[in-house]
Amino acid sequence: MIDPIVLQKDFPIFSYDKQMIYLDSAATSLKPACVINKLTEYYSQYSANIHRGIYKISEKATEEYEMTRKETADFIGAQSQEIIFTRNTTESINLIAYTLGEKIVHANDSIVASYMEHHSNFVPWQQLAKRKNALFTMIPCTLDGKIHRDLEKYVTKRTKFLCLTLASNVLGTINPLPSIIEHAKRINPKIITVVDAAQAVPHIHTDVKKLRCDFFAFSAHKMLGPTNVGILWGKAKHLSAMPPFLFGGGMIKQVTKNRTIFADVPSRFEAGTPGIAEVIAFKEAVRYIKKIGIDAISSHEKNLCQYLIASLIENFGKRCVLLGGSKPRNRVGVVSLNIKDIHPHDIAAILDERKHICVRAGHHCTLPLHSSLGFDSSLRISMYMYNSRNDIDNLISALHTAISILS
Amino acid sequence: MSIYRELILDHANNPRNTGIIVKKTKTVLVFNSLCGDKVRMDIVFKNNRVADIKFIGQGCAISKAASSMLTEYAKGKKKKELKKLTKTDIMNLLKIDLGPNRVKCALLPLEALKKLLIT
Repeated sequence: MIDPIVLQKDFPIFSYDKQMIYLDSAATSLKPACVINKLTEYYSQYSANIHRGIYKISEKATEEYEMTRKETADFIGAQSQEIIFTRNTTESINLIAYTLGEKIVHANDSIVASYMEHHSNFVPWQQLAKRKNALFTMIPCTLDGKIHRDLEKYVTKRTKFLCLTLASNVLGTINPLPSIIEHAKRINPKIITVVDAAQAVPHIHTDVKKLRCDFFAFSAHKMLGPTNVGILWGKAKHLSAMPPFLFGGGMIKQVTKNRTIFADVPSRFEAGTPGIAEVIAFKEAVRYIKKIGIDAISSHEKNLCQYLIASLIENFGKRCVLLGGSKPRNRVGVVSLNIKDIHPHDIAAILDERKHICVRAGHHCTLPLHSSLGFDSSLRISMYMYNSRNDIDNLISALHTAISILS
Repeated sequence: MSIYRELILDHANNPRNTGIIVKKTKTVLVFNSLCGDKVRMDIVFKNNRVADIKFIGQGCAISKAASSMLTEYAKGKKKKELKKLTKTDIMNLLKIDLGPNRVKCALLPLEALKKLLIT
């Protein structure tokens, strides 16, 4: 059992603003002291570059950096050599689109994504399809927030990529990807599956082998880690056959005037000096989550979600419209809603103004999903290990205030 | 100080100059990529002055109030005069202080008007 009030003591931001209620963890999570301290440790004790210095502090930095690769791999059931550090999930997905995508997608092939995708697992594929004169097909969502299961309509033998989110950043839905991926591979055994796991890895147990996907991308900053660290996992057989994405320092074996031999994976995909401090500090985030227990985090969020949905229905009835409906489904701690006749921006502004409550208002980088569900925007409440029922009670009371001001 | 003052809420809840103009000189549609809001604005010019102006839009209270107040302000004014309007003028019209994320909501109608003024 998680006691969020105890956990909050590990997050310095709560002592900085004692009133603040943070309900926007799907945008980025808060950071515990162990992560912040690790950043300082690197900068104050061994702030050298990695993979090059023949001196102790560079070796120390390299060791700390590579240790994060191992921790990260272990956390998602992967091998270290299959983990590539990028800047964020968006860059991880672009890396695949610009390397393997450029190589294997041809005219009249197809790329399939779902309406549930964040723009980061959507726009890179739409644009790749455009560059290649390929077809870009989208699997719709049901009104109760699930991906349509009639894959035969969308996936064909000419489909090169199937790009799906493991957990929706708007609906919170956890998609049954193992069975969807299995189904897709039955239709087309050569299909490459790309999983956007940015909203999943911080909240539920994930294992790339059980998913049987080909690529898996997520971000450190949504799981207590520093900003500017993205993770791309790919099957070794794909990664080793892929050309580099960015060229320059750190990704070469040998360079002469006319040719370059590229480094092996993962260095081949990590050109230039990376976010050394951020990668090093990220492992403290992974260790913190392991210490709390990912399953405990999942069930804590599930409880909060049920409590939030019940409170919304009890207090606002039909005036509150939940995106994806109110029926229980397998989900992470994300709930998006609209209060009839009031724009979510105005509600969010009043929640902040009156009660220091941080929520997200807008389209949350999912314009196709919003328009397919018939909304222009929504108010998103996203929760994590440090949120309590008390936060939700405060939110409900502030929503009453906002509605009375704006009606 | 709340940005949701009486004047703003009055214009947001009962916006002036809403609708479309059938015999318009020009129409424009602008978007706020941050939140997906949109404003359509129709205008009629006579002798280089705004004879009529109307808007319809999907937006927050700030963007609706700004559209309402700006169209009210623009009616009867000379094109030349309106071309000089700046962000500061809109803030003075609304009489509120907006953070960087909400300024865009207030400036969306100005963007529409500026596009209508290009000839």
